[in-house]
Amino acid sequence: MTAYTPTEMMTIAAARALSNDDICFVGIGLPSAACNLARLTHAPRLRLVYESGTLDTKPRVLPLSIGDGELCETARTTVPVVEMFQYWLQGGRITVGFLGGAQVDRFGNLNSTVIGPYAHPTVRLPGSGGATEIALHCGRIFIVMPHGPRAFVPRLDFVTSLGHGPTGTERRALGIATDGPVLIVTDLCLMQPNPDTKEFEVVSVHPGVTMDRVREQTGWPVQARERVDDTPPPLPEELDVLRSLQQRTHRAHGLDTAHA
Amino acid sequence: MADLLTLGDAIARYVKPGSRVALEGFTHLIPFAAGHEVIRQRITNLTLIRMTPDVIYDQMIGCGCAEKLVFSWGGNPGVGSLHRLRDAVEHQWPRPLQIEEHSHAAMAHAYAAGAAGMPCAIFRGYTGSDLPRVNANIKSLACPFTGETLAVVPALTMDVAVVHAQKADREGNVLVSGIVGVQKEAVLAAARAIVTVEELVDDLETEGTNAVVIPSWCIDAVVVTPGGARPSYAHGYYARDNAFYTSWDAISRDREVFRRWIDDNVMSVRRSEAAGS
Repeated sequence: MTAYTPTEMMTIAAARALSNDDICFVGIGLPSAACNLARLTHAPRLRLVYESGTLDTKPRVLPLSIGDGELCETARTTVPVVEMFQYWLQGGRITVGFLGGAQVDRFGNLNSTVIGPYAHPTVRLPGSGGATEIALHCGRIFIVMPHGPRAFVPRLDFVTSLGHGPTGTERRALGIATDGPVLIVTDLCLMQPNPDTKEFEVVSVHPGVTMDRVREQTGWPVQARERVDDTPPPLPEELDVLRSLQQRTHRAHGLDTAHA
Repeated sequence: MADLLTLGDAIARYVKPGSRVALEGFTHLIPFAAGHEVIRQRITNLTLIRMTPDVIYDQMIGCGCAEKLVFSWGGNPGVGSLHRLRDAVEHQWPRPLQIEEHSHAAMAHAYAAGAAGMPCAIFRGYTGSDLPRVNANIKSLACPFTGETLAVVPALTMDVAVVHAQKADREGNVLVSGIVGVQKEAVLAAARAIVTVEELVDDLETEGTNAVVIPSWCIDAVVVTPGGARPSYAHGYYARDNAFYTSWDAISRDREVFRRWIDDNVMSVRRSEAAGS
């Protein structure tokens, strides 16, 4: 078996969750790698939309920013940012959105705003960007975040984006039409919400990972499904495509050479 | 009608201490040269408005130009934090910075409302988020037809909008292409607009198509500023300098390294060089 990193496993597991029928709102970083990996492997008809306005984007290398020229040059069309948020996102055209954050709780609520009190933060994070409304308007949400007790917390310092709500009931009670978070992909496992309580529980662990390790890395007493699957390890093809995409990206961004 | 000005004159004429200013650009066509000119002219107490304040706002905040920031995502895209912004919020350095924080959807709608002359923007958003708790400008109302609760934010208007574009013709009509962001909305939402461009041409060659053209009579100053968006990019002219954005992380982490960088790369640049003439 080929060696691979936990981040590669996480990216590949996230890519596998996307299908040919999806229209995906893509964030920068890990989501972008996962979405393009899916498009270059099992889901060639997957449509990628970036919030800078590019529709049906097929980047040859991963963008560093959400508005790299690569996205526009390889898009079917590019719309103004106002139109992106009004017609395409709020208008309900997107089937799946990828989100991450500094903190997630057991109901898939996310914090990407501050650590500590808002007025006097210990760490000022970038903030919502598109996330607050992506969480409301995409058909369903996939969350991708590396596991760790500081990220998987019992209580968020700040709710940037609504998951299923503080007690898992609020999203439904508010009558929001979309499904909200249906999957969390980490470097250790896959989690899905319990159909009744909406609390995320472990449904699959990655090769070599034990439930004990997942519990140790989760800040709440995380539950496991009655049957926990083993995530299939990365296929050689998945690793090859991901690595060559990242090598192309590295070269294109000029990160191989020191900057004057 | 737009006047053809030098960068120094355009900034001095329209950007005053205490102005509400938007230097827009959604990761493309970011008006870096104009921001540097604001720093060189030591204009302070500004309210800086932008959806994605990135490295240019980090530089302006670190130089003490800003009193307040209105924004929806403050990071170095694909790299990480804006360390000067964080230092201002976390440690009030070099001066305290008030923040008014929104989501992208809210700011996009608010720019459109500003351009449309509306007092506010109504949209479906902010549900379940804590942002309305920390921003008194996020309110809600019931749709008079359906009763649905909708989010409302004030229209974004400003004293000056500054944007960068590919080209202007000799009358000062401007063509923006590629990722067009909210530049047109920002120009139309502002009392005054400065547009820096890569080049002046005889004909925009848009042939009456639906290209994004901002007519001269909506613009106050056009400034020919080749490379004025670097290290951001200008579609069709030069690529984004991703290696610089990556290197900014180390430069901006340390106050003294940052100050030296500003001295060497902004303050010591003569205005004529900055204007590219």
